[in-house]
Amino acid sequence: MSTVTTPKRPVAGGAPVAPPNVSPLTTVQNGLQLTWRSILKIKANPEEVFGLMLQPVMFVTLFVFVFGQAMMGDWQAYRDFLMPGIIAQSVIFATMGTGFSLSQDVEKGIFDRFRSLPIARSAPLIGAVLGDLVRYAITVVMVMLVGLAIGFRPEGGVTGVVAASALVLLFAFALCWMSAFVGMIVRTPMAVQSFAMILLFPLTFGSSTFVSPDDMPGWLAPIAANNPVTHVVDAMRGLMLGGDVAGPLTWTLVWTVLITAVFFPLAVWAYRRRT
Amino acid sequence: MTDAIRAEGLVKHFKGKTALDGVDLTAESGAVLGVLGPNGSGKTTTVRILSTLLRPDAGHATVGGFDVVREPHEVRRQIGLTGQYAAVDAELTGTQNLVLIARLLGFGRADARARARELLERFGLADAADRPAKTYSGGMRRRLDLAASLVGRPALLYLDEPTTGLDPHSRIGLWEVVRGLVNDGVTVLLTTQYLEEADQLADDIMVLDHGRVISRGTPEELKNQAGDQVLQLRTVDPAQLPLATRIVEAVTSTPATTDGMLLSVPVTDSGVLPETVRRLDEQGVSVAELSLRKPSLDEVFLALTGHTAEDESTGTPANEGTPA
Repeated sequence: MSTVTTPKRPVAGGAPVAPPNVSPLTTVQNGLQLTWRSILKIKANPEEVFGLMLQPVMFVTLFVFVFGQAMMGDWQAYRDFLMPGIIAQSVIFATMGTGFSLSQDVEKGIFDRFRSLPIARSAPLIGAVLGDLVRYAITVVMVMLVGLAIGFRPEGGVTGVVAASALVLLFAFALCWMSAFVGMIVRTPMAVQSFAMILLFPLTFGSSTFVSPDDMPGWLAPIAANNPVTHVVDAMRGLMLGGDVAGPLTWTLVWTVLITAVFFPLAVWAYRRRT
Repeated sequence: MTDAIRAEGLVKHFKGKTALDGVDLTAESGAVLGVLGPNGSGKTTTVRILSTLLRPDAGHATVGGFDVVREPHEVRRQIGLTGQYAAVDAELTGTQNLVLIARLLGFGRADARARARELLERFGLADAADRPAKTYSGGMRRRLDLAASLVGRPALLYLDEPTTGLDPHSRIGLWEVVRGLVNDGVTVLLTTQYLEEADQLADDIMVLDHGRVISRGTPEELKNQAGDQVLQLRTVDPAQLPLATRIVEAVTSTPATTDGMLLSVPVTDSGVLPETVRRLDEQGVSVAELSLRKPSLDEVFLALTGHTAEDESTGTPANEGTPA
């Protein structure tokens, strides 16, 4: 007998951490299964979808009809200026839902269940974020429908609208990781919500969404002009209404990559630490 | 290997507080190990380490022969976990909740549905299968949660305070379910702060207090550790209680305690019972209730720790549930 069976388990002390037992394919499968969960939750919550629908209706009508005349002397002109921005703002606000629902999952112990299963560690995070993209897409469609109802007919046509929507969804995907990170480091879902509000209000209002940065006071104008949301909204305006696209589009992509590069690892780190 | 769980010297600190201070633990395959202790005693931390959710700061543990730190994925294949809260998706139906877990565990679509149906029937949830879990009662949610932890047919089941917050009826129902699982050969680690629950379900009990094991043994052994039996007496006429007290104290030479109308006195010799009855009869005391019994686990806990299980207030329950 020359062969000796080596013990399967490493000896105590200094043993290397076991290699991951989950293949990339399984990770994707698990992620998609948990995306299905997120979508089921959206379907099971008609009230939430209703809220997703009502908020844009409220924003569009309030801003167009309350401010339109004062801003541009003509509410139709302001409507056209505002629509791309309102789409962006609605989606960006919706990203806070990611952190909120992740925080809820942790609080309710649902993530403990997932983590005690022999599945990919990152799958719950992937599922939450992909599922939320569906939510954002619903938001975009809703805002567009309201816009169409009040006579918004962008020159860019269907192509321009679709391209602008894809761009804002891409940007939202990046913001998702920021939201997920906040959701993981802040203790309660309610705290996530208030934290996100503090973050998102200046981000969306201090941009070209409602007012051109040129009309802002000297100290604010440069900040607003370099706000990533300004680039997103300007690119969307270019795609939907015509005008410069290349510049703001490039900046949007740069910001998207940058935000993802920073917050994806942070979110994964915080997720592993918290759960 | 007959031990489903083996843990030695588990230590865990949370922000300077010691949650576990060297816990050794063994659970025999196919048996129910009860982990008994008040809030903050380290029960949940123990379960979280053994279910790979937390890494111990010191010590090591194997589950089904696999190391919880080095081979967490293998450990997760062996276990089912039912936490303190029913960790089910309230918006999803019973079926959807179970199908999701089954799909995650690699069941095909049809197999996942079949497994879900089977478990829902077994836990008396078939009628509620297509209703969102948020419409379930507390007891139904716990049963769904338990079903979710059993989808993958685990060899080992962790039940972390499975009946906390349940009404007595649901609690007894859940006990029945646990007994059924044990009959199927599942090893169960059960934490509880209900002494009766450990007594009802566990083959072995370990008592935790402030992160240390302060006692272990069978329910019988634990009761014997508290030593004496207890004689209890209730008189028909409350006015005769002082007289009865004097008689009992004279016979047993031990001070008695009264709780409402119930007189209790620890006794070492069961021979005092006939003597007590004879004297009471002589003095014309009519007895409504007279019994000699082993002490309850509540009394055992009091004897072991010097405080009762419920009055614990120095623990850190917040750290137990969701460590930062």
